[in-house]
Amino acid sequence: MEREAIRSKLTEIFRDVFEKAELEIGEATTAADIPAWDSLAHIHLIVAVERGFGIRFSSREMQSWDHVGEMMDCIAEKLSQKA
Amino acid sequence: MKDFFQLKKNLSKDVSGLKRLKMAVMGDTSTQFLVQALRGLAYENKLDLQIWEAEYDLIDQEILNRDSGLYSSGASYVLIFQSSQQMLNHFYSESPQDRSTWANRMMSHLQMLHRQITQGMNARVICFNYAEIDDAVFGNFANRFSASFLYQIRLLNVELMKYAGQHADFLVCDLSSLQNRLGREKMFQASLYVNAGMILSVDVLPHVAGRVLDLILALEGRFRKCLILDLDNTLWGGIAGDDGPEHLQIGHLGIGKAFSDFQHWIKALKNRGILLAVCSKNEEKTAREVFERHPDMVLRQEDFAVFIANWENKADNIRRIQQILNIGFDSMVFVDDQAFERNLVRAHLPEVCVPEMPEDPAEYTEFLRGLNLFETASWAEEDADRTRQYQDEVRRVSFRGGFPSHEDYLASLEMKGICESFTDFNTPRLAQLSQRSNQFNLRSVRYTEADIRRLAGDPDYIGLAFSLGDQFGSHGLISMVVMKKEDDRTLFVENWLMSCRVLKRGVEDWVLNAMVQKALDKGYQNIMGEYIPGPRNAMVEKHYEQMGFTRCDSGKWMLDLHHYQSRKTFIII
Repeated sequence: MEREAIRSKLTEIFRDVFEKAELEIGEATTAADIPAWDSLAHIHLIVAVERGFGIRFSSREMQSWDHVGEMMDCIAEKLSQKA
Repeated sequence: MKDFFQLKKNLSKDVSGLKRLKMAVMGDTSTQFLVQALRGLAYENKLDLQIWEAEYDLIDQEILNRDSGLYSSGASYVLIFQSSQQMLNHFYSESPQDRSTWANRMMSHLQMLHRQITQGMNARVICFNYAEIDDAVFGNFANRFSASFLYQIRLLNVELMKYAGQHADFLVCDLSSLQNRLGREKMFQASLYVNAGMILSVDVLPHVAGRVLDLILALEGRFRKCLILDLDNTLWGGIAGDDGPEHLQIGHLGIGKAFSDFQHWIKALKNRGILLAVCSKNEEKTAREVFERHPDMVLRQEDFAVFIANWENKADNIRRIQQILNIGFDSMVFVDDQAFERNLVRAHLPEVCVPEMPEDPAEYTEFLRGLNLFETASWAEEDADRTRQYQDEVRRVSFRGGFPSHEDYLASLEMKGICESFTDFNTPRLAQLSQRSNQFNLRSVRYTEADIRRLAGDPDYIGLAFSLGDQFGSHGLISMVVMKKEDDRTLFVENWLMSCRVLKRGVEDWVLNAMVQKALDKGYQNIMGEYIPGPRNAMVEKHYEQMGFTRCDSGKWMLDLHHYQSRKTFIII
């Protein structure tokens, strides 16, 4: 999946989880940019991303991302392994 | 079943007009997601479930401290979720010589917590049992070694069952059997446990919330009483009218085993007290012939309270069944192998539960078991007899046709009644009547066995239990009245309820005579009644007016005992 396609799908998932239809995310977005992004929402987000892309993150990966770009790296890697 | 994300969307929906229930949830691991799933699923069941959630891993502290939020939460249900993961950690911290008594000590601790809760608030406790973890420290040897975790956690589950069997306000929610069905892989996601302390995977949350709500809804009087069954390719393989009874697949013929097993399960439900009805597109004679002639049929005609086989549409036939049995559509389950029939019934009778059936009959029984359709809050010996009681009713209906007036009919029934106070013997049945009666129920106050015992010993309360029989058979306990001292002159009817099986027999006249007599014996001058509208009790909206009470400014109803004229009744004491 192309990087832009991943970002677009991820945007949809973020909008759904945070219940904000106009939410935009980019590579540099962090938890600090989205007020509702607390630890509970983080878990919700992880499960929604796992489901949306049909992948499973390891417990280390869940803690490793500093911004959305790194999460996208992780997704892209998992998808390429799957292919 | 809706998934967690769909349920979560319900949390922002409008709950006004829904019945409100308060609950407390306490866990030794993170419970926020479970709470969201519970509230979301409650909304699907037309409930506004308000949940007070304890701080993470503070079960003991919240319960032992009377000033804690638990006791001011006003919750009528307290859910305790101790996870087997945390139990395992606790178990490992024990010294090896103490491990073989671990389950018993855990159970004593839980009993102490339960007592604290019941002393501090009027709530029922729902406790999850323990989803087994085989820690594989001893392998299969664990089964013969009492100091292994597997041995102790299983023992603890058994101790929970024993304790729940003795305490009506302590309920077990069976997480362990849910894990057996879904598998530990699906139940538990290690990465989420490590990162967020979550014991239950997101996929499994709706199932777990479902098991909790099944329990609560049953206690609130919402449970299913009747299973309506199609015949061809549902109860047996093949089509009776086309194939002939001898070629139908039941027992050893073809895939008959699937249908035999299914019938055995249905028979067990019937023996528990679930009413069975046939609703089949068939000639009645053809359908009955299978029951009469096929040697491998497990179910017999006498297992069914109602038998309808004709060519009319099934929604109309289910309406007829509803009229005969006089129970709500929402207490019915309809099982049919044909998608067309299922969809027709869903479209016309949305309250009837219509499970989507698997294609393969071999899967019928397992699939339906998994839905836990027949939760119950209690069981009494009388339940097993329920089919016969309804069959008696069907005979009464045809008997009634032969009388010129309703009064002639009532007189000919030779009804005999028994009025008694609340005793140890009638307490379980009273609790059950209070849960089951929704229509003839003036204030919808429900009583548990513990409630009944408490008010039986309270001098300010008068409780009356009414049983009825007639020449066709016994109805058992059919009505109860709870009256409470308002002041020296006045008794207030806290609740008056009656089983709908005995409507239109003048039972309420007999009951009121008994209430008045009891009140006069105790020196009261008035009886005050109140009707509180609920979702299903519109039937008794004008009850007090019809019984000769006078409306007060407060909207309540008053009866002056000294001018009371005993009401005419056909019930002999």
